[in-house]
Amino acid sequence: MIQLIAFYLFATIVIASAAMVIFARNPVHSVMWLILAFFNAAGLMLLAGAEFIAMLLVIVYVGAVAVLFLFVVMMLDIDFAELRAGFVRYLPLGALVAIILAAGLVFAVGAWSAGGVDLAARAAPVVSDKSNIQQIGELLYTKYIFLFEAAGIVLLVAMIGAIVLTHRQRGGVRTQNISAQNRRRPEDATRLVDPGVGQGMKL
Amino acid sequence: MISVGHYLAVSAVLFTLGVLGIFINRKNIIVILMAIELILLAVNINLVAFSAALNDLVGQVFSMFVLTVAAGEAAIGLAILVIYFRGRGTIAVDDANRMKG
Repeated sequence: MIQLIAFYLFATIVIASAAMVIFARNPVHSVMWLILAFFNAAGLMLLAGAEFIAMLLVIVYVGAVAVLFLFVVMMLDIDFAELRAGFVRYLPLGALVAIILAAGLVFAVGAWSAGGVDLAARAAPVVSDKSNIQQIGELLYTKYIFLFEAAGIVLLVAMIGAIVLTHRQRGGVRTQNISAQNRRRPEDATRLVDPGVGQGMKL
Repeated sequence: MISVGHYLAVSAVLFTLGVLGIFINRKNIIVILMAIELILLAVNINLVAFSAALNDLVGQVFSMFVLTVAAGEAAIGLAILVIYFRGRGTIAVDDANRMKG
């Protein structure tokens, strides 16, 4: 009973905050609603028994992705009112597409039945005496190790791509040049002069 | 008790909201990226719900990979957004088709 109440609470908040994400006037508010949606989705996944995915959702989505969005939204100086100009114009078309999609999903769920699923052929059945994270770890580091490494490569490529795209050499910035510092010898920097007596100094 | 249908309903609504968000915020690419995150979240909820309903862990493992791709996609998307803004001082993507070469 308490699970059902928690489910409806989380589901209501996740849907309401998702609606606020797309309808909010200010993208900063959108990011805040997105964070709320992620937290409540993590709650939904906790209710389903997927503790590891729930915690991952909080860490990756809230801790990394949403903060990234927040940085970009606050860093760029944008006139958001201008960007909302077509909002009302696009609303009917968007609503039409959304209604068609929702109807399709309803029909698909209505027509779905688990009859064809062979429960004996499960790839990785849940073992009840182990915790969720232990089971996922055992699966991830044995059977799905190549997929796991491929995911790591995807993240590496994304990281390098983001750095290459946004990095720029700005002119006129006096940054430290370490190789130039190390190349510098005493004879380049100092000069030994022998001024005569009474010379070498202006009074 | 909570059935898989409950989760499917939530994720269907979330998916639809994400698609609607792409359509109505057509100029604001930041909100479009956030709507894509919502869509991927709906997919993740589906995967986890079926994983719990069928007592099969593969759904959760796959959901982790979806999470990875979503994080990478957000990083690359925002990087492209930043250089686009640097180039023309706006993020209105209506005239992005003029971005030749």
